Amino acid sequence: MSMTMTQKIIAAHCGKDTVIPGEIVLVDLDLVLGNDVTAPVAINEFEKAGCKEVFDKEKIALVLDHFTPNKDIKAAEQCKMVREFAWKYGIVNFFDVGQAGVEHALLPEKGMVTAGDLVIGADSHTCTYGALGAFSTGVGSTDMAAAMASGKAWLRVPEAIKVVLTGKFKPHVSGKDLILHLIGKIGVDGALYQSLEFVGEGVQNLSMDDRLCVCNMAIEAGGKNAVFPVDEVTLAFLKEKGAKTPKVFTADEDAKYVRTIEIDLSNLNSTVAFPHLPENTRTFDEIPKDMVIDQVVIGSCTNGRFSDFVTAAEIMKGKKVHSKVRCLIIPATQQIYLDCMHAGLFDIFIDAGCAVSTPTCGPCLGGHMGILAKCERCVSTTNRNFVGRMGHPESEVYLASPAVAAASAILGRIAQPSEL
Amino acid sequence: MILNGKALCYGDHVDTDVIIPARYLNTSDHKELAAHCMEDIDKNFHKRMEQGDVIVAGNNFGCGSSREHAPIAIKASGISCVVAKSFARIFYRNSINIGLPIVVSDLDIKDGDQLEVDLDNGVIKNLSQNTQDSFPPFSPFLQELIAGGGLMNALKEGKL
Repeated sequence: MSMTMTQKIIAAHCGKDTVIPGEIVLVDLDLVLGNDVTAPVAINEFEKAGCKEVFDKEKIALVLDHFTPNKDIKAAEQCKMVREFAWKYGIVNFFDVGQAGVEHALLPEKGMVTAGDLVIGADSHTCTYGALGAFSTGVGSTDMAAAMASGKAWLRVPEAIKVVLTGKFKPHVSGKDLILHLIGKIGVDGALYQSLEFVGEGVQNLSMDDRLCVCNMAIEAGGKNAVFPVDEVTLAFLKEKGAKTPKVFTADEDAKYVRTIEIDLSNLNSTVAFPHLPENTRTFDEIPKDMVIDQVVIGSCTNGRFSDFVTAAEIMKGKKVHSKVRCLIIPATQQIYLDCMHAGLFDIFIDAGCAVSTPTCGPCLGGHMGILAKCERCVSTTNRNFVGRMGHPESEVYLASPAVAAASAILGRIAQPSEL
Repeated sequence: MILNGKALCYGDHVDTDVIIPARYLNTSDHKELAAHCMEDIDKNFHKRMEQGDVIVAGNNFGCGSSREHAPIAIKASGISCVVAKSFARIFYRNSINIGLPIVVSDLDIKDGDQLEVDLDNGVIKNLSQNTQDSFPPFSPFLQELIAGGGLMNALKEGKL
């Protein structure tokens, strides 16, 4: 029976030749992930169940990234609990402040995921690693607890949507615009329980950072996972990061998809998701010129990678952030921070009047480091704009690319680079 | 099991950020999470909620973050069941894993309607409107998981 790329990876991890959409299977996991918000709940469950050891010390990743550096005493206690668990059970891939970064930027950078892997994480944006040709999906804390003990998880085999890409982006259009466009088209539950499989000649024109950004937001369309085929870009990235030998799975020619969506990358424009759902997308011909803003955030597991800061710095170089705007620059990992520093990007940002922060998820989830007051408006390169996502329930988050965020910071309103 | 309670109605795409805002995720204490349940979508949630009440919503309930704190907050508040037209997938599995009953149904329900949910026979009744709907049973794997008391019990029994 023919299978999609996702179905093949799942089949290979449950000892079956074929799997059928809708079937529930128990899979063997290559990696289990948790953070300082989700791991404490998992650790409680793990210990309550009387578990005495983890299935594999090298296949668990614990990353303290959400409320770190500790935002308050309660967060400090949560981190301490994860830290002590990591030490007690000899977790090899434990990342504390100083080594940590935003988990979904960190794990690919550390070469911890390779093509063909099956990864679950107690964080919804775990779907990011589909960019590397892996199956990865977000789960909850109890799933994480059971997985840390057994190395297994239950999964419903998903149907798939085929997204055929052609063409090449125009200048200042990026992976963020592609995924926002797609979510706008299919809605926040348009891929519910399903895979998004990206194919087509346009794939070769997407950098790895673009692909990571696209897969990252598959969950914002309700998707179970997103996946890109393994090509030269993937293999070069995996080699550079020292990842394990890739296992390449390819969808069958006659694999079944519930629908096919065609997107010509050259037709895409800068796209912004208005409050309070990522599907409320607009392009600049639909955006008023007077939408003044209070804050800009450039960072997160969606757009906190080196190329995102290069884009923002090119736009901000020699300019000043608008006097009524706070602009936060948050490199997603220590390595990205170093790369930005060595490339001189921090000089550009600080000269422009930005604040540069240590890696953290912080403001993306309204945790700390950039909370919004009532009625404040923020342009953010993050992934969600739900009610109260970045602070006060009456604040507003507009999701956009680093290019739009940078231009907006300078002009003090929602703007695109061509307006500078 | 038969559950009885009044309906507390919400719309489509109720996300986990409004079910339990991230500013309260610095704890995993069930009571503390329950105290802030639905805070950003319904400030009067605790005032109008009584033990056993049922949350009723539209499509894609529980979308967004994977935080298990969301179904935990709902369950610890004393909500007996969530009925929605559809559920986001991580919320769906989290609810099963922690034993919060969830039902997929598009039965017409208004805020305050009295409901009766028969989980074993897959029937939901709107007692206020004298209407009912049947809902499909979970797959055999999930039925076994739920009957056995959730994922961690399955783990303890060596079923994973």
